[in-house]
Amino acid sequence: MRKLARMRLLGMIRKESLQILRDPSSISIAFVLPMVLLFLFGYGVSLDARLIPVGIVIEQPDTTTQSLAGAFERSEFFQPSYFDNIQTAQQMLNERHIDGILWMRNNFSSNLLAGGEAPIGLIINGVDSNQANITQGYIQGTWLAWLSRYAESRGQPLPIPVSLEQRVWFNAALSSRLFLVPGLIAIIMTMIGSLLTALVVAREWERGTMEALMVTPLRIGEMLAGKLIPYFVLGMAGMLFSVAMAVWQFDVPLRGSFWLLVVSSALFMLVALAIGLLISIISKNQFVAGQLAIIVTFLPAFILSGFLFDINSMPEWVQLITHLVPARYFVAILQTLFLAGDVWPVVLSNMGALLIMLLFFFALVWRKSHKHLE
Amino acid sequence: MVFRHIIALAIKEFLALLRDKRSRMVIIGPPIAQLLIFGFAATYDLNNVPVAIYDEDRGTAARELVSRIEGSPNFQVITTISHDSEVAPLIDNKKVLLVLHIGQHFSGDLMQGRTAPLQAILDGRNSNTAMIAMNYLRSILLDYNRSWLESQGRSGPLVTLQTRAWYNENLQSRWFIVPGIIGLLTLVVTMLVTALSVAREREAGTFDQLLVTPLRPVEILIGKAIPGIVIGLLEASLIIVLMVLFFDIPLRGSLGALYLGIMLFLLSAVGIGLMISAIAITQQQAVLGAFLFLVPAVILSGFSTPIANMPQVIQWLTYLNPLRYFLVIVRGVTLEGDGYALLTNQYWPMAIIGVVSLLLAGWLFRNRMY
Amino acid sequence: MSGATIRLSGVSKHFYSAGRKIEALDDVGFTIQPGRVAGLIGPDGAGKTTLMRLIAGLLLPDEGQIRVLGIDALAQPLEVQSRVGYMPQRFGLYEDLSVQENLDLYADLQGVSVAERPARFQELMQMTGLGSFTHRLTGQLSGGMKQKLGLACTLVSSPRLMLLDEPTVGVDPLSRRELWQIVYRQVQEAGMTVLLSTAYLDEAERCDEVILMHQGRVLGQGEPADFSHSVAGRIFQVSSTGLSHRHLQEQLSRAPGVLDALIEGEAVRLVMEKSSAKPKPDTLLPGQEGIHITAAKPRFEDAFIARLKTNRPMDKTALSLQRTATTGAGEEVIRVENLQRRFGDFIAVKGISFSVRRGEIFGLLGANGAGKSTTFRMLCGLLPASSGELAVAGHDLRQAAASARGRIGYMAQKFSLYTNLSVMQNLHFFSSAYGLRGREQKARLEWALTTFELEPFRNANAGDLPLGYKQRLSFAAALMHEPEILFLDEPTSGVDPLARREFWTRTNALAEAGVTVLVTTHFMEEANYCDRLVIMAEGEVLTEGTPLAMKANAHTMENPDPTMEDAFIQLIEQRQRRQGEPT
Repeated sequence: MRKLARMRLLGMIRKESLQILRDPSSISIAFVLPMVLLFLFGYGVSLDARLIPVGIVIEQPDTTTQSLAGAFERSEFFQPSYFDNIQTAQQMLNERHIDGILWMRNNFSSNLLAGGEAPIGLIINGVDSNQANITQGYIQGTWLAWLSRYAESRGQPLPIPVSLEQRVWFNAALSSRLFLVPGLIAIIMTMIGSLLTALVVAREWERGTMEALMVTPLRIGEMLAGKLIPYFVLGMAGMLFSVAMAVWQFDVPLRGSFWLLVVSSALFMLVALAIGLLISIISKNQFVAGQLAIIVTFLPAFILSGFLFDINSMPEWVQLITHLVPARYFVAILQTLFLAGDVWPVVLSNMGALLIMLLFFFALVWRKSHKHLE
Repeated sequence: MVFRHIIALAIKEFLALLRDKRSRMVIIGPPIAQLLIFGFAATYDLNNVPVAIYDEDRGTAARELVSRIEGSPNFQVITTISHDSEVAPLIDNKKVLLVLHIGQHFSGDLMQGRTAPLQAILDGRNSNTAMIAMNYLRSILLDYNRSWLESQGRSGPLVTLQTRAWYNENLQSRWFIVPGIIGLLTLVVTMLVTALSVAREREAGTFDQLLVTPLRPVEILIGKAIPGIVIGLLEASLIIVLMVLFFDIPLRGSLGALYLGIMLFLLSAVGIGLMISAIAITQQQAVLGAFLFLVPAVILSGFSTPIANMPQVIQWLTYLNPLRYFLVIVRGVTLEGDGYALLTNQYWPMAIIGVVSLLLAGWLFRNRMY
Repeated sequence: MSGATIRLSGVSKHFYSAGRKIEALDDVGFTIQPGRVAGLIGPDGAGKTTLMRLIAGLLLPDEGQIRVLGIDALAQPLEVQSRVGYMPQRFGLYEDLSVQENLDLYADLQGVSVAERPARFQELMQMTGLGSFTHRLTGQLSGGMKQKLGLACTLVSSPRLMLLDEPTVGVDPLSRRELWQIVYRQVQEAGMTVLLSTAYLDEAERCDEVILMHQGRVLGQGEPADFSHSVAGRIFQVSSTGLSHRHLQEQLSRAPGVLDALIEGEAVRLVMEKSSAKPKPDTLLPGQEGIHITAAKPRFEDAFIARLKTNRPMDKTALSLQRTATTGAGEEVIRVENLQRRFGDFIAVKGISFSVRRGEIFGLLGANGAGKSTTFRMLCGLLPASSGELAVAGHDLRQAAASARGRIGYMAQKFSLYTNLSVMQNLHFFSSAYGLRGREQKARLEWALTTFELEPFRNANAGDLPLGYKQRLSFAAALMHEPEILFLDEPTSGVDPLARREFWTRTNALAEAGVTVLVTTHFMEEANYCDRLVIMAEGEVLTEGTPLAMKANAHTMENPDPTMEDAFIQLIEQRQRRQGEPT
């Protein structure tokens, strides 16, 4: 009896693997889309500002204003352009040619020399608030550095009561690629595990082959395992491919242990597969399965997982929802294993959550699958 | 071109879309849910960043600084520690994002007019979050320095930076993200409606039936484009209303300029959707094609990350992306108060994309049979 | 061997569809003894597939008992499933796997030991003639080959009971004959029991016994001959020297006492109502000269019609087409010369030529893949020709102005109206597309609803209609604008005999009114309705002529009265012999 069961299972696995290899749409979801995403996020998307176009308005040029402008000219963050009146500069800001304006009024130098208040106006385009914050930070830093040099040159060092020494652990250069690329692995595995699996199983219903499978002596367990194993392997291959890309192509450090990464990925993969199977069992048609998979798994993995947006800053009720998103736990594990190392409490608690989800979804799949057509 | 033909086709398309409960759900349900989740979840602003205070000084100056941190809505002090060894577990385990270390001589240095160092240790796993938290901390510190100098009777720096942010005065990232959602969701819905429309008919065989009638390809094209445009228009309008009512986003510019933008954007989106649909043989290919277009289109649009930060080659690529232009328009009108004149350079590229893709789609209708 | 192979008692099953309860099976009971080939016969929606699925343990009945091979199918479905072979309607094959891979899969699943496989595979491949295609992808096989592969997969474990759900739908006559040979070999050599469902009535006569189903009930069970006997003495053949066979059929179908009139060659076959003596020419067609009536041997189909047709009111309304052929009967309206179509290396249509005259019913006959649909699509302007010339009413529709398409009507092979639009919405849309409007449009809509008896369904979704009504709706939609030329691609495929009769009645009426009809079919007996036809195989025209001439050619000593199917098979075999010879 055992021998027959193994034969059936192997038969299913072989069939499923052959189908994956021959179906262009499986190939594109499993390989092309991950590649596109990896390259887009690895190269295309960056939250780190570079070469900010700023306008510097100097109403009355002299050595002081020139020295301040020089500080911006020398900085690697700016691409300054110069104006002699604020109206032109504002026009440029309006037309989105520059992101910010540094405005030195005509009495700037005289006030400064006279020891009075010499305010500099800073106008930034706040539409992209995140970029505006970053721009503001860079301008402030450049300005402060100039100011202290200026004060020093005049023999009156600038009093700085408290200075900030920042030490950023795990990602000292604050490079966004280092957290985007590992996070992507969660997205890619969700796509293979849930989207592809849901589509493929739904297709069996649509084409009537499910009916033919059901009248064979194939047991439910064997059928599920036969479906799961090839896609599990495919998903893990996607994971290994992404890890290799991350480490060798995008120079993301892998500070934790590789095996822990593999084990936790395997756990996440199983959860994603269980959800994919559940979706296909419920929908039984490719159109609905595709829609459901994108709405229930793909989008939440993007937005609610902490991959791009900080979960702590979301409203309370959204935070509650994120607990239902398996990618949330996996993203935390990924970012920790890649950048921080084997931090057991983080890894174990998140793996625990994944395990609970796994049991829950498999119980549901098991309950929902039976060898009847209704 | 016979007007009655087009009307008959458009009515048929609407009926086909809206009589089916499933496709009705797909058109109405997910966009609303996504607007709410996106609107509330997709923000770069941080609040209640968990902070640990490691205060070795315990002087009044240090306490004053800590109370400023505690008073900020961005930070939430969740614990205080007293040993170096406690720092690593807190950060490693993601208990806190930031540990503020106030050294033993903090107050002493301050009193004697020396610069007192303040150490901030951050979890850089999400570098963007770390950077934003650092910016918050820096501005708190700037304030603290100024008032400390004032309390000591010394003037602060003579030159001050008076910062004003235009358009998004409080620099809320929701003001940036939510208008973008108009573009995002409208694009997704329009693509779904149009990308499947021809492919579904091909699969069902009804497309042949359509082609043997005296309808001209151009009429079929327009008939198929109308539902996408109308549904996209309704969807966009609904989101605009929700945006103003729920998310308090201002609508400062000309509504006409916005709707001109929406129309051109829909034209280009419908064109691309129909093109994908005309190329695809099966629905699955159409869904996949739409997906393969949508994902890069959203990522490379400036929706969440600035186009200016992308490598030059990819920036060139974004010129083909209608969403790129539309996002400028929608943000321009809502936040910046733009009118037609300022947006001209966004209008014409979309018009070109729309016309070219529609022409291609029309050509493909007849010439791609197998 | 004691006891029945299949024993059903009191089986009922219902489904819910769109909130309505549908009784799929109502108190069904029968037994099938071992070693028999039993046919489940009935029109669409009779509950055949549901019954098959219940026996295979894929569905649970609401009530009743099912025992298969002595096992309770409700309690131990897995036990049943490991002993039966089941072929679902679409064969259950994976199209992206090769022939061998499909076989391997089913051998794995059925637990065929590795040791016995090579011999079994070889036997099956030899039997099905697929031996040289083992590495080809299933999706690239023809319909007949798929069907044989499906059968081979079902037979891989030598099951004791075989369940075949509509195994011969959409398969050409040659393949069907081969399938039957395989089935009978299994029964004789391996002692298998077979239950198969079919809508082809001529196949019923090949079964040992027949279970006739209608609307979820069993109407009768017995040997095919028993059924035929029940209508003995009511079957006649009528021929006329003065009337064309179409006229004759049309008039006879309205004659008193006639239950059914069917064109058969140049004559008309009559099924008379019960208790009627041999009809006289005077009573049937008063005033008509040259009528000959002879008694005919009853067939299963006659019995089927006799049983079921009483349940339906006879359709007396002819097609009230306002337009009649005014000029130029006999003028050439479709001309095809040396038409060729290539898809890559594959030549689907190899330089065919024929022409069709006004008011003719012209048939394109051939197996699946013979190039009929490709030819059709080129004629309708859906597909450009690779080379050659074609003209429909003087135009190449691919280049002609859109308005030229207003003169043709097209009915595609598979139902291709909008399934989620209502009947009325579909008709409205297509009439608008053909430029009808206002009062004229309203009148045509009313005409369509009444002529095709669609009134009760006017607000139902087209996709929810029974198959026969779907076909009526497609036909109505193609006729909304009163076309001069009608293209009908496999219009009767999968439609039950009753609906097919109705369809041909209408088509005849159209032709009488001067409409040119071009029709493809793989039902050979339907060729009798055509004035002229071509037989196609592998993209070539094998022969052209009238049905009578073709049958005359097939006349041999052993077969003095060949059917169209005999003629077709003979032609194909001749061709195969030619190709087998060295050139």
